[in-house]
Amino acid sequence: MEGSIAAYIFMLAAFTGYEVISRVPVILHTPLMSGSNFIHGVVLVGAMVALGQAATPLEQGIGFVAVLLGAANAAGGYVVTERMLAMFKNEKKGN
Amino acid sequence: MEEIRWLISASYFVAAILFIFGLKEMSSPTTARKGIIWAGVGMVLATAVTFLTPGESTLFMPVDNLILMVLAIAIGGSVAWISGKRVAMTDMPQMVAIYNGMGGGAAAGIAAIEFARGHMHGTMMFTLAALGALIGSVSFSGSIVAFAKLQGIMKKAFRLPTQNAVNIVLALLTLGLGIAIVWSGQEASAWLLLAFFLCALVLGVIVTLPIGGADMPVVISLFNAFTGLAVGFEGYVMGNPALIIAGIVVGAAGTLLTQLMAKAMNRPITNILFQPISGEAQAGGAMEGTLKEVSALDAATMMHYASKVIIIPGYGMAVAGAQHKVWEMTELLEEAGVDVRFAIHPVAGRMPGHMNVLLAEAGVPYDKIFDLEEINSDFNQADVALVIGANDVVNPVARSDKSSPIYGMPILNADHAANVIVVKRGQGAGYSGIENALFYKDNCHMLYGSAQKVIAEVIQNVKTMG
Repeated sequence: MEGSIAAYIFMLAAFTGYEVISRVPVILHTPLMSGSNFIHGVVLVGAMVALGQAATPLEQGIGFVAVLLGAANAAGGYVVTERMLAMFKNEKKGN
Repeated sequence: MEEIRWLISASYFVAAILFIFGLKEMSSPTTARKGIIWAGVGMVLATAVTFLTPGESTLFMPVDNLILMVLAIAIGGSVAWISGKRVAMTDMPQMVAIYNGMGGGAAAGIAAIEFARGHMHGTMMFTLAALGALIGSVSFSGSIVAFAKLQGIMKKAFRLPTQNAVNIVLALLTLGLGIAIVWSGQEASAWLLLAFFLCALVLGVIVTLPIGGADMPVVISLFNAFTGLAVGFEGYVMGNPALIIAGIVVGAAGTLLTQLMAKAMNRPITNILFQPISGEAQAGGAMEGTLKEVSALDAATMMHYASKVIIIPGYGMAVAGAQHKVWEMTELLEEAGVDVRFAIHPVAGRMPGHMNVLLAEAGVPYDKIFDLEEINSDFNQADVALVIGANDVVNPVARSDKSSPIYGMPILNADHAANVIVVKRGQGAGYSGIENALFYKDNCHMLYGSAQKVIAEVIQNVKTMG
């Protein structure tokens, strides 16, 4: 990828993350931390590609562990976040 | 081939939109649940199309690697899914910590493979790969230590005699090795790489070991941001914009969240990492006054005949899983005409918003739950402040004693209430080891026992008063 384009993506993504979180009420801090924890679980995709290209047993071994960890991050992150947020579903709106 | 590449790129693009949209929806209680589901759809989409990734000279990736991939996803995914389903709400902080650490480990793993393959080129790529590896490894091993501490596997905060010097030397050593790797580029030896990864892992452990108590949520949040950044950096190395966007968005959001929490404690992040709160650091002498014990009956009477009660929950309520009992008691008191509110300190519990989640689980409506700024002036009119398993967040020492490690941290003014009842498991200082001046005040009454058991007794007594 072109270095300067990557730099723009970095910059825009950083602002997006900052903006999205800055309006979050305290009540959602935990589910949100957990939710963002789930989203970086997309590292699974990177690990899959890395394992897919692995050529030696060492690379395959590391790749296997990386995919396993990434999958656990994504699956576990989703389940705990969903469980926490499910508790808000029957609540009335605001105050 | 071209069509498949296009499909994959387009799917990653859609997934990135879904992640950001999901995160945005999660910022409001009413749409939060939809938010995580949208993000989940994005994740499934991104994962599914990745299986179609072409191999280097073949239509698909090698079959043996694909088999390993399916196996790893099946094992990692199902173990995490089941443990995530089973874990009690009170144990959420350590689960978030461990899943986060795994993400960091995965990012470090990607870096390791890229170094081993030797296909990287350019200083920028090596730098980001090394940075991602460093941050990911620290997040991985640090999160495991955080998990062990919160899970109770590791009981005591452990501090080396020359902790800060060790931290700095190790951090510099790791950075030096990283720079050496970037410098030598393709020529970096396997031993150099191994030393780099090992140092980064040890650094994560050493930095996290002395941290405990109220600092824990900040550290978990910090590691969350770390993993995000590591994922973003490795995304650049792999040329995958979905990883860059998701990683950096989380990195930025996590950094902001960490700052918000550190600010709420009035402790810069550097202090949290390098000057952890511990009892030994306290210069102040013994407390004046005595501890006055009350029975559950006395406590019930005080609250039943009060007109205004403010409840301050803390980690002790979480440990005892007493949130349902607390809400039951609240409903009884309200029937008796008492105005009951909940005051939540920003760092109560072991995770930001930990108490809000527990109270929501028990069914407490939002409009009874107040933040520190909203409620602190109300304590003057309160008849009873009921402190359930909270300690440092109500310690008036933070206002007055400059030598105290928590000096300057905003606290809930429980001591301004006419009476204070403290539910506590036993005598002795809290997790941080700092003596609490509140407990020795004349208007403070101690109610010893597990929160679950004690509140049940209070409920029994309130019931008899009709």
